[in-house]
Amino acid sequence: MNNAPEIAVSVRELEKRFGDFTAVNKVTFDVRQGEIFGFLGPNGAGKSTTIRMLCGIYAPTSGSGTVGGFDIIREQNLIKEHIGYMSQKFSLYDDLTVEENIDFYSGIYKIPAQERQARKEEVIRLANLEDFRHRPTKIISGGWKQRLALGCALIHHPQMLFLDEPTSGVDPITRANFWAIIKDLAGKGVTIFVTTHYMDEAENCNRMVLIYHGTIIAMGTPEEMKTKFMKSDVVEIVLAEAQNWIDDLGRLDVIKEAALFGSNIHAVVYEAEKAIPAITAYLSGRGAEVGEIRKIMPSLEDVFVSAIENYDKAHEKS
Amino acid sequence: MWERAKSILIKEFKQIFRDPRMKTIIFISPLIQIILFGYAANKDINYVPTAIFDRDNTKESRDFLRDFTYSKYFVPKYYITEEKEQNHVLDKGLASIVIRMDRGFGRNVKAGKDATVQLAYDGTDSNTAMVVMGYANTIVQNYQYRLMKEEAWERGGIGDAPYVDLRDRAWFNGNLISRNYYLPGVIATIVTMMSLLLSAMAIVKEKEIGTMEQLIVSPLKPLELILGKLLPFGLIALVQIVLVTVLGVLWFHVPLRGNLLLLLFATCIYLFTTLGIGLFISTVSSTQQEAMMSVFLVYLPTVLLSGFAYPIANMPAIIQNFTYINPLRYFMVIIRGIFLKGVGIDILWPEILPLALIGLVVITLSSLQFGKKMG
Repeated sequence: MNNAPEIAVSVRELEKRFGDFTAVNKVTFDVRQGEIFGFLGPNGAGKSTTIRMLCGIYAPTSGSGTVGGFDIIREQNLIKEHIGYMSQKFSLYDDLTVEENIDFYSGIYKIPAQERQARKEEVIRLANLEDFRHRPTKIISGGWKQRLALGCALIHHPQMLFLDEPTSGVDPITRANFWAIIKDLAGKGVTIFVTTHYMDEAENCNRMVLIYHGTIIAMGTPEEMKTKFMKSDVVEIVLAEAQNWIDDLGRLDVIKEAALFGSNIHAVVYEAEKAIPAITAYLSGRGAEVGEIRKIMPSLEDVFVSAIENYDKAHEKS
Repeated sequence: MWERAKSILIKEFKQIFRDPRMKTIIFISPLIQIILFGYAANKDINYVPTAIFDRDNTKESRDFLRDFTYSKYFVPKYYITEEKEQNHVLDKGLASIVIRMDRGFGRNVKAGKDATVQLAYDGTDSNTAMVVMGYANTIVQNYQYRLMKEEAWERGGIGDAPYVDLRDRAWFNGNLISRNYYLPGVIATIVTMMSLLLSAMAIVKEKEIGTMEQLIVSPLKPLELILGKLLPFGLIALVQIVLVTVLGVLWFHVPLRGNLLLLLFATCIYLFTTLGIGLFISTVSSTQQEAMMSVFLVYLPTVLLSGFAYPIANMPAIIQNFTYINPLRYFMVIIRGIFLKGVGIDILWPEILPLALIGLVVITLSSLQFGKKMG
């Protein structure tokens, strides 16, 4: 093993068109070995199309890329031996039992006979399905199914795991459990490539890109995203009856945008240093019960919303 | 390659045998079909409902009519007494034939003069009418022959009138039981339908439930998937053909004069074509419903142009040319040959060879198409 982080996935100018529609517009990025790499964006942004090109489901229209050092156009068969893939459409056979599903994928990935039992136990433990191993898969609930699907995708101990919206339609507790497993895998050196439209999940990623209309509009670590791609500051205003003030505040010159965030107000401002005194003066002048006004670190959601708005504005002008 | 195909095969068998609906389709429906067809696919014409309009009512006319009613073919259902009833019985379908004897029949016969009898047929089913006409002609001829003999006898018995006695014998189906001819054909259509239907569902089902994508990202090769998918259906089709054959032989006494192993061998070759077509349908369809429609679209002309019910020799030349690419055309000849004639590969190879060729082309094309889709 090298000390320097190796590149697990490398993509250059990758493009996919379906007829006139450009689903993925010449994206370029690298994924380092052992990191959790988030591929984020709203529905229809081109996330699934990209992951499908990397896994050999779609052939790219143009551009190039490698996965695990293998060419995504010419060496798909070699890539398939080394990756695990799981999508929101759970890949299980409902009419087979938990064990039979595992056995099936064991056979597909040619797990040696002497290892099969151990691998099977591993998957069953991971999915927490000890008591359901002989039950048909259709009776087990969504969260367990999802973990069983993940286990089946990991049966051949792949070095890279591609997850296409793995947590869509799953309850928050299961999602948290799922991410714990993902982090554990990454800790063991497995590279994770995950797409999601849940912006709160992005905090779990080491690095990420934001894709919108097939184009990458932001890239970096969570910290970088919050500093580099957020041109404005976010100010949190704690005050009584915030909902009554939100419209008035939105009309202030120093505030670009104001939104309720719980019982408080998050205001996107040009410059917090100038905005805070102005807001304080405005509110106290009208007799509001102001608790606290302070600059806060924007959430990734704030960043993404702002990045997408900037993109839209730039493209309206042109 | 075999190992992955085996995983698919085991999975397919488990899924089939776990699904009660599937089990019914595979094992019960062919039996029901063979029983239904065994009784329904019967073109023998016995017991023709007959209406009699005897306006003569003499010893001679009753004598003549007795020849009809004593044969097992004509059953008197209706006695007409008035003119207007004659059309009525045919219109209402009360009888398929009206025998009308006018006044003077007996008198003329006795006087040694020409006598007339009118036979009116219901010709809506032309085939049946032809057969009934044939029966009636034979009976009338026999009657005439008897008259001639009696007359010669009365004239002093100076020798018989000369008569050509036709001694006919049908080969392969001695009693000309139409069921014997149709049932092997029914077996062929059952195998066709089943193998088409099952293989057409094979891939599209996985597409619909989303598991196909998971198989595509695995190292599974297209050929391994095809093998693992089609082999179970091929085996099932062979079991089905044995089942319906046993039922046909034991229940309907259809003779199986040839070699059952040759029949199974020919079926294997035939299955390459149907499974190949099914695979193709499955590859290009995106839903099971779509695949099902396509199967029926293919199945109907396949059966119509196979010689199953309508002889190919009677079709216009252009249509006949189409039948040469129809695999069922060859299989129909093979299965009938083995069942009824008991012929072997020495006679049947001109059918088996083109069948094998078509099978090779079809399975290659659909595998290529499938490989392209699977990427």
